Amino acid sequence: MNETLNPNSAANVAHSDRIRIDLQLIADMIEPGTRVLDIGCGDGELLGYLTRTKKVDGRGLELSNEGVRNCVAQGLPVMQGDADRDLRDYPDGAFDYAILSQTLQATQRPKEVLSELLRIGTKAIVSFPNFGHWRARFDLMFRGRMPQNPNLPIMWYETPNIHFCTVLDFVALCKEMDLTIERSMVLNEAGSKLSLGSQTRFSNFLGNQALFMLSK
Amino acid sequence: MSTATNTEKRPPLPGHHMVLGETEKLRLDSGVEFGPFTLAYQTYGELNADKSNAILVCHALTGDQYVADDVHPITGKEGWWSEIVGPGKIIDTNKYFVICSNVIGGCLGSTGPKEINPATGKPWGLDFPVITIADMVRAQTMLIDALGIDMLFAVIGGSMGGMQVLEWCKSYPERVYAAAPIATSFRHSAQNIAFHEVGRQAVMADPDWCGGNYLLEGKKPSRGLAVARMTAHITYLSQPALHRKFGRKLQNRGAITYSFDQDFQVESYLRHQGKSFVDRFDANSYLYITRAMDYFDLSLEYDGRLAEAFQGCKTRFCVISFSSDWCFTTAESRIVAHALNAASCNVSCVEIESDKGHDAFLLDEPDFHMVLSGFIEGAAEGRGLK
Repeated sequence: MNETLNPNSAANVAHSDRIRIDLQLIADMIEPGTRVLDIGCGDGELLGYLTRTKKVDGRGLELSNEGVRNCVAQGLPVMQGDADRDLRDYPDGAFDYAILSQTLQATQRPKEVLSELLRIGTKAIVSFPNFGHWRARFDLMFRGRMPQNPNLPIMWYETPNIHFCTVLDFVALCKEMDLTIERSMVLNEAGSKLSLGSQTRFSNFLGNQALFMLSK
Repeated sequence: MSTATNTEKRPPLPGHHMVLGETEKLRLDSGVEFGPFTLAYQTYGELNADKSNAILVCHALTGDQYVADDVHPITGKEGWWSEIVGPGKIIDTNKYFVICSNVIGGCLGSTGPKEINPATGKPWGLDFPVITIADMVRAQTMLIDALGIDMLFAVIGGSMGGMQVLEWCKSYPERVYAAAPIATSFRHSAQNIAFHEVGRQAVMADPDWCGGNYLLEGKKPSRGLAVARMTAHITYLSQPALHRKFGRKLQNRGAITYSFDQDFQVESYLRHQGKSFVDRFDANSYLYITRAMDYFDLSLEYDGRLAEAFQGCKTRFCVISFSSDWCFTTAESRIVAHALNAASCNVSCVEIESDKGHDAFLLDEPDFHMVLSGFIEGAAEGRGLK
């Protein structure tokens, strides 16, 4: 996998703000002062951080009423809505970055959502749990059970995650859709970046989560 | 219902009055050049040196300019949004200069059908021109001009007040930094028009309405207006809220009376609502203002493409709805929010869980207050207001 991140970029942020490690990795990909749409923004952790420290013109879309309420109460511009239904309202090229963090696997039509991301945003930043991780393979191969781990804690009958994929599946989809992978990395269970060089097969085996930056 | 029918004998209401449209008249949507006219308004707090801290609050159908007065001059109660507006409150009058004007066509000091038509020396009655939400807003811009304010920090309002907020953003986007349209829509629905029509017919069916000339005849269509209010009031509540409050409880009696007396508490409550309303509201004003709401459709001049109404608008929006509001539903608010999105506007859209119906925006709803407060504070930061 390509590794083009500037390792010092996190240190450039002159703010004592701390956010979840995987969100920090996304934040590090974002140029200051840009227009950002965070889809599935939850309580606004990433969006708030980007607004405060990178002075982005940030917007959010969030499914849960509670999340929306908490975001707006912090002064963040967030709308209630979901990725499958509500992206079509946004005009073409409205954002520099469209972020979809840990949400792709919960959408009805991941492929359509991906193409919407790159219609709305010049770049799309997508992260998802990697079903090709060795523990998922172990669960299926040796336990004969659907994978359950700290990143996928919910039983199959209750999980909102309906479209799982592996890193290789995702790379294949990007190829099919003729999308350019600008950056990619895999993360361990704690959300820290794994340094695995450019071997996608290793990443697919060892990465718990995957993070991609795409463009058309 | 024994209040004075001749309004001329009333002492003038407290607060400010501004005569507008003397040199340049107000051009109404109907084509009438109207003026001079008066807007009665209240202000709270101080306008800062660079005039950047003004918030215009727009009142609803039966609201008025007394947003945050301790004692309303007619009802004796607190102002209708005292919950929200005041020193240290969400719309903090220690920080912001809050303006609220009685709409044109209203009956609490602004020029409306019960005031004297200078051409005839008699009350306007039905000779008053039909006004629209856009006319109300145009009149407000003249007031804001007269106060020397170029850009309002925020325009905020619920229900019909929210319609005015949207109209401001469509017609004068450069004059509004932040906007909170609450429990409202970009157009009045067929159902809402229908309920208004029931109300108007109730007024007009009252023989004391006298074809609109009741003031000249020394009468008042109190029964008709009370029925109009009773009907409307039901639409402002939700089924669960009404049931929780009253259920089938009887009014001061142990058993039903086999009569048409007010056996049920809910009947007594509605009658009281109707009765107290006619003491503070003019029947013709009710006709005019409900009509203004009916005519409201922001998408009309864009062939239904609402997003075009907000093209290039830099205003920050916070669109708020309430889950049990069946007068102005969340679905309607979402249409507004989607249109704003499509126009690349900065928009938040929140549905507040509440079983209190449309009136929730006037009531103690902590989630609503949290959201509105966060939005205003965020916008104040953006505007550089300390």
